[in-house]
Amino acid sequence: MASKPLSARLTRNLNAKIAALPMIITTLVVFLGGTIWSVVYSFTGSKLLPKLKWVGLKQYDRLWSNSRWEISIENLFWYGIFALVLTIAIGFLLAVLLDQKIRFEDTFRTILLYPFALSFIVTGLVWQWLLNPEMGIQHIVRSMGWESFTFDPLYNPDLVLIGLLMAGLWQGTGFVMCIMLAGLRGIDEDIWKAARVDGIPAWKTYLRVVIPMMRPVFITTLVIVAAGIIKLYDLVVAMTSGGPGNASQVPAMYVYDYLFQAQNLGQGLAASTMMLLSVLIVLIPWAYLEFGGKKHA
Amino acid sequence: MKLTTKLLAATAIVSATGASATDLEVTHWWTSGGEAAAVAELAKAFDASGDHWVDGAIAGSGGTARPIMISRITGGDPMGATQFNHGQQALELVEAGLMLDLTDVAEENNWEEVIFPKSLLDACTVDGRVYCAPVNIHSPEWLWISNKVYEDLGLPVPQNWNEFVESAPAVREAGKVPLALGNQPWQANTAFGAIQVAVAGLENWQAVNMDQDLDVAAGDAYAAVFEAAAAARELAVGSNVQDWNQATNLVITDQAAGQIMGDWAQGEFAVAGEVAGEDYTCLPGLGLNAYLSTGGDAFYFPKLDDPEQEAAQKRLAALLVSPEVQVAFNLKKGSLPIRGDVDLSEANDCMQKGLELLASGNVMPSGDMLWTPDTQKQVEDLMVEFWMSDMPAAEAHERWVEILSMD
Repeated sequence: MASKPLSARLTRNLNAKIAALPMIITTLVVFLGGTIWSVVYSFTGSKLLPKLKWVGLKQYDRLWSNSRWEISIENLFWYGIFALVLTIAIGFLLAVLLDQKIRFEDTFRTILLYPFALSFIVTGLVWQWLLNPEMGIQHIVRSMGWESFTFDPLYNPDLVLIGLLMAGLWQGTGFVMCIMLAGLRGIDEDIWKAARVDGIPAWKTYLRVVIPMMRPVFITTLVIVAAGIIKLYDLVVAMTSGGPGNASQVPAMYVYDYLFQAQNLGQGLAASTMMLLSVLIVLIPWAYLEFGGKKHA
Repeated sequence: MKLTTKLLAATAIVSATGASATDLEVTHWWTSGGEAAAVAELAKAFDASGDHWVDGAIAGSGGTARPIMISRITGGDPMGATQFNHGQQALELVEAGLMLDLTDVAEENNWEEVIFPKSLLDACTVDGRVYCAPVNIHSPEWLWISNKVYEDLGLPVPQNWNEFVESAPAVREAGKVPLALGNQPWQANTAFGAIQVAVAGLENWQAVNMDQDLDVAAGDAYAAVFEAAAAARELAVGSNVQDWNQATNLVITDQAAGQIMGDWAQGEFAVAGEVAGEDYTCLPGLGLNAYLSTGGDAFYFPKLDDPEQEAAQKRLAALLVSPEVQVAFNLKKGSLPIRGDVDLSEANDCMQKGLELLASGNVMPSGDMLWTPDTQKQVEDLMVEFWMSDMPAAEAHERWVEILSMD
C-alpha cells in the first residue's frame, strides 16, 4: 500500500476523507489554533483586548508570586489526590460487587450511574443545599433532637475541600464503576476457572491476576479522572464560589476572574497556559504507555 | 424657565419620532427588589415615549454580568444599551471604537451644565467625546444600623463607627451579630473602602488614591485603617450569608446590628416598609468623615449598524438624563440623581443627608474612576483573604501597598 504513488493514496477512500475534512479543520483551527493563540498572548501585556505588546515572562512572574494562585494550586493538589484515589478505589469496588452475578444488576448499575448524568452545576447546587446548615443535613439531625450537632463544611475554611470532595465523588464514581465493570467483563471466564481449580481465593485473584490484566483500563480511567480534576470549576462555583474567603479557590477560577473581571487577558492566559501544561504532564506519559509501549508489551 | 424649555425640547424629540417604535435591548444587573422597582421606572418611561424597552437583566452581580456584556459586544452581538459603572470598565471598548459617540446628544441637552458633580461627565468623556449617559450616583461609604437592636438593649443608637465598635460586645452578648457581611468578594472590599475614608481622612485618601502617593499608603494613617479593618473583621464573625441583600436583611429583621453597605441598601429597607430615622439609622462616611465617593451607574450604547436603532439609542440616552426620569428612578433606587436641579423633596431622611453632602461638595471620585479593574481585582482578592482569615493587619497593609505600586 505504502509503495503506491502519493496521488493514489490521497484519492483512496475520498468520500471518507471529504467527510472528515470539517472535523480536521475544526481541530486545527479551533483547538490547536486557539491553544497557540492563548500561549502567544500570555507573553503580552494585553488588558481587555488582545494586543501584541511583549512583556516576556512578566505575567508568569506575577502569577507565581500571587498568593491566591498559590492557594488555588495547593487546593487542587489535595483535592486532586483524594479525588483520584477515592474515585478509582470506590469505583473499582462497586464494579467488583456488581460483578458477583447479583440479581437486579441493571437496576443497581442505573442508580449508581445516574449522578453522572447531572452536570457539575446541578450536582453542586444539590450538595450546597444538603450541606447548608440552615436547611440541610445539620438542620434535619438537629430537628430530630440532637441539638448540638454541627456539620457545615462549606462554611468552614478547614473542611470546605471535604465538602467539595463529597459532591465530586458522588458524581464521578458511577462513571468509573462502569468503565471498570466493562474491564472486568473483558476478563476471560477461563482465567476464573483456572484460578478456582488452583484453589486461589477470589480476593487474591482480583489483586494478583485481574488488576494487572486491567492495566490499560486503569490507565485510561486515571487520565480521564485526572484531566477532569485539573479543569475543576463549575462544582466550586456552584457550591462555594471559592469561599469562605479564598479557602476553596481553584486555578480555573483564577483564569476566569482575571480574563473577565480584572480585564487582564495576559495574566489570565498565563494562568491557563500553566493549566495546559499540567494537563500535558498527565497526558504525555499516558500516550507513551498506550501507543508507544504496546510494541514491547 | 430654562428647565421647561429643555423639557419641551425633549418631549418634542420624543413625539416627533414616536411613530416609529424601535425595540432596544438593555442589559443591566439590577435584580434585587429595590433595584427591579427602579429599573421598571426606566422601562415605563421609555415605553411611554413610543419605543420599546426589552429587559435584559443578568442575575448575580456586576462581576457576573460584565463579562457577559463585554463578550457580547466584542463578539459581534451587541445589545442596544448596557449598564456599566462609569470609569475605566468600558474604557478599552470605547478606545476600540465599539461604543456610540453621544456628544451630539450631550450638547443638545446641555449635559455640560446640568450634570452635577461634573466628574460624572468627565468619567464618560474620552478624548473630548461623550460615550455614556450617567443615571445615578452611588456611594458605598454608609453604615446602616437597626434601631430596634439598640432599643432592646437599652443603649443609645451609635452615631459613628467608634461608638458602634464600643457597643459591639453588648450586641454580641444578646446573641446577635454586630456587623452583617456577605461572603461575596466585593463586599469585603466595599467595607474596607468605607473604613479607609472614615479612618484615614480625606487628605490621606486623596494622596493615595488620586496622587498615588505610596509613602502615605505605607504610613501610619493607613496602618490605623488596617487595624480598624481587623477589628471590624471580629465583629462580622457569625454572619453566614452570601448576597449583600441577605446581609441587609439581617439588619432589617434585627438579627444584626449594622452593615457597611452602599446607599443601594436603602431600596431594600424601603421594600421592607421600614422608615429612615425610626426603624433604621444611616451614617454616611460611617459618621466619622462624611465624604461620599461619587461612583455610580451609567449606560453605554454599543455601535449598531441600523440607523433607526441608533436614533432610538440617542433618544434613550436623552431620556435617562431627563429630570422626570431622574426623580422617578432615583427615588425607587435610593441613589442620588446626577443633576442638581431636580426636586427631591419626596426623598427620605437618608437621601436628604446624601443630597446635602453632594450640594456642599463633600465628594470624591470613586475607585472605578481611579484604578484599573486589574488593580481593583487584586485588592479585592487581598481583602477576601484578609477578612476571611486571621491574617495580621500589618501583613495585609504591606501586600496592599505592593499591589498599588504595580498599577
